[in-house]
Amino acid sequence: MANNNDQSTKLTAKDFKSDQEVRWCPGCGDHAIMNAIQRALPQMNIPREKFAFISGIGCSSRFPYYMNTYGFHGIHGRASAIASGTKSANPDLSVWQITGDGDSMAIGGNHLIHTVRRNVDLNIVIFNNEIYGLTKGQYSPTSKYGAVTKTSPYGTIENPFHPGELVIGAQGKFFARSVDLNMKLNQEIFLEAQKHKGTSVVEILQNCVIYNDKAHAVIADKKHREDRQLVLRHGEPMIFGKNRDKGIVLEGLRLKVVEIGKDGYTEDDILVHDAKTKDPGIHLMLANMQYPEFPVAVGIIRSVEADTYEHKLEEQIDQVREQSEYQSVDDLLQSGNTWEVK
Amino acid sequence: MSKKTDVIEREEVVVRFAGDSGDGMQLTGTLFSDTSAFIGNDLSTFPDYPSEIRAPQGTIGGVSGFQVHFGHKQVNTPGDYADVLVAMNPAALKANLKLIKSGGTIIVDQDSFTEKNFRKAGYQTDDPIKEDQLEGYNIIKAPISTLTKETLKDEGLDPKSILRSKNMFALGMVYWLFDRPLKYTEQFFERKFKKKPKVIDANKKVLEAGYNYAETVELLTPTYRVSPAPIEKGIYRNIDGNKATAWGFIAASEKSGLQLFCGSYPITPASEILQELSTRRDFGVKTFQAEDEIAGICTAIGASFAGSLGVTTTSGPGLALKSEALGLAVMAELPLVVVDVQRGGPSTGLPTKPEQSDLLQALYGRNGESPVVVIAASTPSNCFYYAFTAAKIALEHMVPVVLMTDGFLANGSEPWRIPKMADYPDIHPPFVPQGEKDWMPYARDPEKLSRTWAVPGQPGYEHRIGGLEKDELKGSVSHDPQNHERMVYLREEKVNRVVQDVPDLKVEGEPSGEILLVGWGGTYGHLRTALDELQKEGHSVGLAHFNYIRPLPANTHQVLNQFNRIVVCELNRGQFIDYLAMQHPHHTYLKYNKVQGQPFTTVEITEHVKKLLEA
Repeated sequence: MANNNDQSTKLTAKDFKSDQEVRWCPGCGDHAIMNAIQRALPQMNIPREKFAFISGIGCSSRFPYYMNTYGFHGIHGRASAIASGTKSANPDLSVWQITGDGDSMAIGGNHLIHTVRRNVDLNIVIFNNEIYGLTKGQYSPTSKYGAVTKTSPYGTIENPFHPGELVIGAQGKFFARSVDLNMKLNQEIFLEAQKHKGTSVVEILQNCVIYNDKAHAVIADKKHREDRQLVLRHGEPMIFGKNRDKGIVLEGLRLKVVEIGKDGYTEDDILVHDAKTKDPGIHLMLANMQYPEFPVAVGIIRSVEADTYEHKLEEQIDQVREQSEYQSVDDLLQSGNTWEVK
Repeated sequence: MSKKTDVIEREEVVVRFAGDSGDGMQLTGTLFSDTSAFIGNDLSTFPDYPSEIRAPQGTIGGVSGFQVHFGHKQVNTPGDYADVLVAMNPAALKANLKLIKSGGTIIVDQDSFTEKNFRKAGYQTDDPIKEDQLEGYNIIKAPISTLTKETLKDEGLDPKSILRSKNMFALGMVYWLFDRPLKYTEQFFERKFKKKPKVIDANKKVLEAGYNYAETVELLTPTYRVSPAPIEKGIYRNIDGNKATAWGFIAASEKSGLQLFCGSYPITPASEILQELSTRRDFGVKTFQAEDEIAGICTAIGASFAGSLGVTTTSGPGLALKSEALGLAVMAELPLVVVDVQRGGPSTGLPTKPEQSDLLQALYGRNGESPVVVIAASTPSNCFYYAFTAAKIALEHMVPVVLMTDGFLANGSEPWRIPKMADYPDIHPPFVPQGEKDWMPYARDPEKLSRTWAVPGQPGYEHRIGGLEKDELKGSVSHDPQNHERMVYLREEKVNRVVQDVPDLKVEGEPSGEILLVGWGGTYGHLRTALDELQKEGHSVGLAHFNYIRPLPANTHQVLNQFNRIVVCELNRGQFIDYLAMQHPHHTYLKYNKVQGQPFTTVEITEHVKKLLEA
């Protein structure tokens, strides 16, 4: 990855804003996510020219146009593939994929799971608003069961995907979740996603003010969020609630919410988050926690070290090169059975 | 049948090896071709195999064939009909009946002539010779399986391995028939089974046994001699179209100094390009076997964006899946090469059989006004040159290029005079020089109309590209109606200007006259051979074969103007003829088409032209 240099350390959020007018609707969660990314980037000590933002199609996918970095606005669903090509071709770049729940979970689902399986070192940010916004209000693969939308006027009859479940199921090594307006946590997560070698998937619960307003309000609302979100930090106990009096315990093979000081539970009974354990079991359970039975887990749920695709690719090239008998294309053409006509 | 051994000089001979798809006929044919090449014959080969890996043994559907045409003169096709057929079982005999010259030689494994095999092959009686009226043919029934077993009985090999080498017995017989040395094939065994001396030994023994059998029984008469062909001096090798394509891209990588990135998904008959490129890690080639065709092209586009030579390889169904992404490369004005190794369609069609029915898809199969450069290779070995050229055009003009080959070129092979890379031009992509002031991503070279290329990692040139319409200069999103129209014309004109790099169309045969044969792509060998024969008979015929489809060579109109009638020959329902008539409407075109998943035969073309001349 890129070295520190003087220029990059002086960068500010402003340096990452392009001259293009930002055209998301007023009040859209996308604005906050972009602000958090623009604030996080200067903290990464990477020169600006080494960032590439690559997207598919959807509201969120306009993102690259607003960033003063290299950017590529691709076609629907294919951003993971384009980004995989870019990163594999030049591992020295910091490649970010910006995508939505339609782009990554529907048309691009196949590319997403294979990218995750290969562990290409991309930072994938999924703006999950549980609706198709750009096409004006049809249900998406993450819309809650029964959601009434333009294409499900009687309610959906499909079970939604949970991005975390899908990513962990595809052998994902890094999964984090947050809410659009949580600027501080988001910056923290983006920094960690960048540091993590391999595919980092960050799901941001994002509000679409026009077509799916308050879809996440039940957990994101200021009044309730401390009681309905569990902020996970590696090495810290899973305690939440306004009064920090609730926690998660493992009972048998299942997670359970308990009140500290009640029914004999003490702080010592509360699970301590281990994001780095290779076993995905507990991470999957955490990623799948749903309100109201559970708080929704935010923060870095899983972060496991593993070699990356592009590194292994370059390593293989070096190894094969070392043993090669060819110096040039001429050598290759002359290899094997040849004969001379005199 | 004579009992005396004569040696007959022949100008050219066609041999066809046929057996069950597990009988090793492809290898047998390849070894025979290699030996013929080493002793100086010109040749052309074509494998004809079923799409099932192992169709039921002994059935017609499972027959795999390999045809080799070699000569004392220049050879341009694998030959229409075989002088010699080697049939390892009754099904192979039945499947190839129509492909043997009347009165030709047929070598069969007598041990396979069992009741069970007759029924499987669909024979009604137990005498296929009579049933198929082959009495006038030179039939050689040899107990190939028995003799192979006998030869290897003391070698300590298991019965399966023993029977597997019966193809070498047949090969030995054919070597004797054509007076060919065994040493090149023996050297192959030594290389191939380096660590298994027992296997080397066994194969050599069976090969010799076949050779000696043919000699001692003296049934195989007469023997034929085909003397070396008078071919251009130089170092030669055999090469097939897919390998030549792969190597052409590696050459382009060397000449441009760019890393080669191939994002692709396996598909018959294109997979060997990806396979060969995967082997070439020693040239720094990055291959990415994607999850599907779409990801194949998209990773290649992503790599192009990063400054690599991005390539994706496929066949017709895959090209269909890649259409949207190809449009993205048109819009983003990035270099990209898409190889379409055509096969029979529509849908899954005939996966292993050649056809030229993807031309209109390559030219027009995308949404919007979406022009790309289309070029076509015309022989197995010139796939190298055209892959190189496709990459050169893509990189220097910042434009996607579709390179068309087909199953016939891809799997066919021929001797190739190995070029020197010093004779190939350097490739100069229009990279923006460091320190350029007021650079704009879509500002163009006034000649080529290509935009300049800044790649991620270059400080000061951060910019955004994508599939939305671009502002003419800045490259930012523009919905301005006038700008859109200008951009549509600019993208088209950019493709048109590639004509500057396109050599003039050559006419072979008569430079003007009654009939001009027109072809494109993989039919060159057959058209060229037909032309030679027609000329020998004194007919006024020329041949114009197109390698550059879009844009067409600048002198196309002039060439067409020199002939009274233009006969466009294609392995489809007439796609190039429609395109040509659209570009050059002031000519009269006649079409000659074949859509059987098989190449033309020379006879078909000569007969057709003669009929036209008589009419």
